[in-house]
Amino acid sequence: MKKKLSFGLMLVLPALFAAMPAFAEDPPKLDSGDTAWMLTSTALVLMMTIPGLALFYGGMVRKKNILATLAQSFAATALITILWMVIGYSISFTDGGPNNAFIGGFKYFLLAPMGLNATSALAPTIPESVYMMFQMTFAIITPALIAGALADRMKFSAFLLFMAAWLLLVYCPVAHWVWGGGWLGAAGALDYAGGSVVHLNAGTAGLVAALMLGKRKGLGTDNMAPHNLAYSVIGASLLWVGWFGFNAGSAVTSNVNAGMAMAATQIATAGAAMAWMCAEWIISKKPSVLGMVSGAVAGLVAITPASGFVDAKGALIIGLAAGIVCYISAVHVKKIFGYDDALDCWGVHGVGGALGAILTGVFAMKEINPVAAKGGWLEGNFPQMILQFEDVGATFVYCAVVTFIILAVLKYTIGIRVSEEVEVEGLDINLHGEVVHG
Amino acid sequence: MKLVWAIIKPFKLDEVREALTQLGVQGLTVIEVKGFGRQKGQTEIYRGAEYHVSFLPKVKIEVVVPDDLAEQVVEAIIKAARTGKIGDGKVFVLDVERAVRIRTGEADAEAL
Repeated sequence: MKKKLSFGLMLVLPALFAAMPAFAEDPPKLDSGDTAWMLTSTALVLMMTIPGLALFYGGMVRKKNILATLAQSFAATALITILWMVIGYSISFTDGGPNNAFIGGFKYFLLAPMGLNATSALAPTIPESVYMMFQMTFAIITPALIAGALADRMKFSAFLLFMAAWLLLVYCPVAHWVWGGGWLGAAGALDYAGGSVVHLNAGTAGLVAALMLGKRKGLGTDNMAPHNLAYSVIGASLLWVGWFGFNAGSAVTSNVNAGMAMAATQIATAGAAMAWMCAEWIISKKPSVLGMVSGAVAGLVAITPASGFVDAKGALIIGLAAGIVCYISAVHVKKIFGYDDALDCWGVHGVGGALGAILTGVFAMKEINPVAAKGGWLEGNFPQMILQFEDVGATFVYCAVVTFIILAVLKYTIGIRVSEEVEVEGLDINLHGEVVHG
Repeated sequence: MKLVWAIIKPFKLDEVREALTQLGVQGLTVIEVKGFGRQKGQTEIYRGAEYHVSFLPKVKIEVVVPDDLAEQVVEAIIKAARTGKIGDGKVFVLDVERAVRIRTGEADAEAL
């Protein structure tokens, strides 16, 4: 999020502050173009979760679990909206005073100070209501992504509690570190739209959750083939389109950066879809549809942190790399280690997010975005790589530890996994009392 | 009367129907079935996870014909349904004791 990052940096880095005197001396007025684009972006990113992600995941599970899978995305959307309104936005995107490096403040509890004309210092040209909503859609999709690792076997009650706790204890702090004025953004780590905050974060949580839940019953012996990949293709396509709101929207303005981010997003996604397809064609002999759409999602994930910092060539290379690396991780590495990351939340989002964050350090260009003041490794700024690794490492470790604690507490209190009988019979009928007919 | 019972590849159904119509066959019954023979099944692969599908979709044709037509019908089915690849199917011929057209009450060869 270039703009968020840049204003975040302005608060903490006097040098950058001085470099943009116009903003400092004369706060910009609301801009109708920016506002219109951010209203649109917010709707696009919400569409990524419902119905995009819901269908992408829903098509990949067995027929007896499709409603339960859709319910996870849908319920997460509603639950997180409320939590974001109550306290999530406040601790992520407002000033935390003495603790600001690590967590925001409580002054926006129930969004109290957000009147009609409020603006955030992180996005001064749009109403704060729009900025709060835009960020809310990110807060919704990140935990919802974790559901891919939990598929077919998690209790719905435990899922909701996990979503709530994970949002407040993992997502909000990490978002604050990078975008809300915290220590990672201040140190100069580059994450345009959430390679580490969103994707590595969700992927790591997915990996921990998959390990703690254990394998689905019948894995390796029963047929767990996706029951309707057409849904997954529709879902992935909605994700692709919605991602323009995610990446180009992360400019938080309607300007040259938004345009470049959109172009980079499209190019990387296409590269990754082709790369995964070709890798699979060579190794497994057939270019599967699931492979193509998985590749596209891997490309979208990997370009996310880089989208506002790289040119078209950088985007293509990141996309091609993401297609191949995520194919290997989701298809072959998973097999070697044997964890049951059912729908490849870690394999695609975790690995793709980390890869993208690291490659951002390689391909960032100061000509594309002055926030990357010294550019990346290719422009001779090797120290950027260290910052990017720090960003990846801090997110991974913090997320893994806190996710483990949350799930351990739930596991030994209410339990996180459904009974064997429920799992075999299906989650839809047992958890929700409904099934898909026809 | 003979019952000719053929299991064929689904995409060959139209050609078989046409060949039988040319022989003067007045009607036949088609059933979508699943099964396996020497072709075994197929392997589906989703992100590296392999699932073996044991039963493949086939079409079963049932046609009852007068004794003197049976041999030609069998030949026609074989000619129309053959691709030369594994999985082309099989033809069985069974004796039929009796046939009645429900509407008119006509019996045996008249009913076919």
